[in-house]
Amino acid sequence: MTAAQSKLYSDDVSLIVVLLDTNPFFWAASTSGNLPFSNFLNQVIPFLNSLLLLNQHNQVVLIATGVNSCDYIYDSAEAGGRNSIDAANVAAISSTILNRLENFVTKDARLAKGSDKAAAGGNGISSLLSGSLSIALCYIQRVFRSGARHPEPRILCLQGSPDGPEQYVAVMNAIFSAQRSMLAMDGCGDASVQKIILPSPFLPPFAMVPIDSCIVGPQHSAFLQQASYITGGVYLKPQHLDGLFQYLAAVFASDLQSRSFLRLPKPVGVDFRASCFCHKKTIDMGYVCSVCLSIFCKHQKMCSTCGSDLNQSPPDSTRVSRS
Amino acid sequence: MSGGVAAIRGGFDHPMGGDGERKKRRAEEEEEDDEDNDGRGMDAWAWEALQEDEAGLLRPLDSKTLVHAQYRKRLLLRSSAPSSSSSRIQKGLIRYLYVVFDLSRAASETDYRPSRMVVVAKCAEAFIREFFDQNPLSHIGLVTIKDGVAQRLTDIGGSPESQIKALMGKLECSGDASLQNALELVHGYLNQIPSYGHREVLILYSALNTCDPGDIMETIQKCKQAKIRCSVIGLAAEIFICKHLCEETGGSYTVALDESHFKELLLEHAPPPPAIAEYAAANLIKMGFPQRGAEGVISICSCHKEIKVGGGYTCPRCKARVCELPAECKICGLTLVSSPHLARSYHHLFPVTPFDEVSSMFSSKLNQKAPQTCYSCQESLAGHGNKSNLHVTCPKCNQHFCLNCDIYIHESLHNCPGCESHRSLPM
Repeated sequence: MTAAQSKLYSDDVSLIVVLLDTNPFFWAASTSGNLPFSNFLNQVIPFLNSLLLLNQHNQVVLIATGVNSCDYIYDSAEAGGRNSIDAANVAAISSTILNRLENFVTKDARLAKGSDKAAAGGNGISSLLSGSLSIALCYIQRVFRSGARHPEPRILCLQGSPDGPEQYVAVMNAIFSAQRSMLAMDGCGDASVQKIILPSPFLPPFAMVPIDSCIVGPQHSAFLQQASYITGGVYLKPQHLDGLFQYLAAVFASDLQSRSFLRLPKPVGVDFRASCFCHKKTIDMGYVCSVCLSIFCKHQKMCSTCGSDLNQSPPDSTRVSRS
Repeated sequence: MSGGVAAIRGGFDHPMGGDGERKKRRAEEEEEDDEDNDGRGMDAWAWEALQEDEAGLLRPLDSKTLVHAQYRKRLLLRSSAPSSSSSRIQKGLIRYLYVVFDLSRAASETDYRPSRMVVVAKCAEAFIREFFDQNPLSHIGLVTIKDGVAQRLTDIGGSPESQIKALMGKLECSGDASLQNALELVHGYLNQIPSYGHREVLILYSALNTCDPGDIMETIQKCKQAKIRCSVIGLAAEIFICKHLCEETGGSYTVALDESHFKELLLEHAPPPPAIAEYAAANLIKMGFPQRGAEGVISICSCHKEIKVGGGYTCPRCKARVCELPAECKICGLTLVSSPHLARSYHHLFPVTPFDEVSSMFSSKLNQKAPQTCYSCQESLAGHGNKSNLHVTCPKCNQHFCLNCDIYIHESLHNCPGCESHRSLPM
């Protein structure tokens, strides 16, 4: 057990990976509505700076979620050691972020030219949430590998676009991986590090990476509700988007250790019902193909996903008889 | 002497990841022969961290490339199975597995410390948790062989806690092991399960013989006809009858060399095995997807028969309350799952294609614009710790990744970040 004073990082040092939704279709539609993109950035960039001010070892990484690509925008560890944050530094960070974001958005728009007929869901075009979640998780794994003293990572999703149903499997994979992130064996000698779970002495210990979500769009996101519930993060859909900075600073700025002492918004009711593959409507009782686990709302002759013949009549009650 | 030991312990199908590993294993075997040593092996001897290079000089074991080489071997072995690469292998996702523990005299041998039985029990606990994590819709039951008789330890069930509690009880070893009795017992139980389930048996066998009341070949044929897939993990040596059983029923037979190898072999049985299509009928199973109850609602739960406040799930058919999922409603028998449980198994159906290895020195000669950083974690690819300068690239999206991300993506994440970050055209 490492002595407390020999730890470089105390428990309240965080690494926050922010996934910023830059979907031009969503932001263009909301210019006349609540929150134009420029106002949104005016609230988010000071929030990122304030995260860096909370603790001098805090790290912030910004990843942009576009419509056709995802990329790193800003990594506070790249700049080297920062001994003090002063006005010049803050301005430099803001301008770096803005420049790189602009480059990213133009590059993203250029990629769209090749495929004009992008998949449009019923509510609009979705952004590549699964891609940026995967990239964020790989970065966090790299931080875990860096040794016993590392900041506590978490992911904050600022999402406005609707959920894309074609990303369901990929997003769920990312969520389960965040729930069970592998720690290097030598990286967990200190048992006071937050949220280490030791299921049994023979399985490697793992840590949970909370995924927080802040919805800036008009509708709730079922994917992010499930993500926050499963990984122990906070899900919030602010009512007044003009005061977004206040919501962010009050709810999402606190580190993981302090969260146990705060009253944070609880999930109102996570919808775990599945949607059927044939009509995409949510059902609470359905039929599941035993081969590929696809869900149907009524009895079918053949499974449309795996092509298995389902002619046998299903046993309704599948209780194994206990002799 | 090491040659003799290797002959007895030379198991079937153990991975040999290069010279360094073989030396490590042989050093383990020699250590286990020594009566009065009580070290735990791997890190107690400094010479095990060394290996010889081509010129015969000693250098430190390059564990990073070794780990990656082992992982690549596992991955290629899995993906080069006959009916695969581009096609999707059908996997048995709804599994009914019986784990058979050998509690005969041979299990009290102390070549695994403190005894074979204790090590098996501990690893089995880890296996059961991992199994339910990867196969949330499956069931496990436990059977023991003792004094030549097979008995059921726990009923087949869908929750890990009851199985693990039974394992933690006192397990004494005595008598002979009888493979035929165990198979007969399991065959009887597995006949009662629904037709869409995949029937499997995993036998953890320490003995070197089997004392059977009848003809075991007949029992093996019976199991084969009942479509039960039998696998064996041996702790002693390779036995013909086990090999025959596994070959006949399509299972896998492996023999463990030491504790960590045993754990590795055991955990390999957690992901679903490739399924033979005729073995399980394809059925539509009626399932319910309950909603989580609001906080503050008071009701009596049907599993513990107690009053509970808040939380819990409501069966959509009979409105009874259950505490956790997946479960079977005690009142109406409907299987209750939540969509994440089903989603946990989807990655078995859509695996990530194995990445191709690229040596950065080679590629820098060809292509001046080879990327310098890993696409997903931004780590520099020309790392100082990376002697061979290996990295990998995805065949579909052509992005470059470092070795650590490769392992993470294939073993835990199951998404290629490059493919997910590019909008693919609608099919």
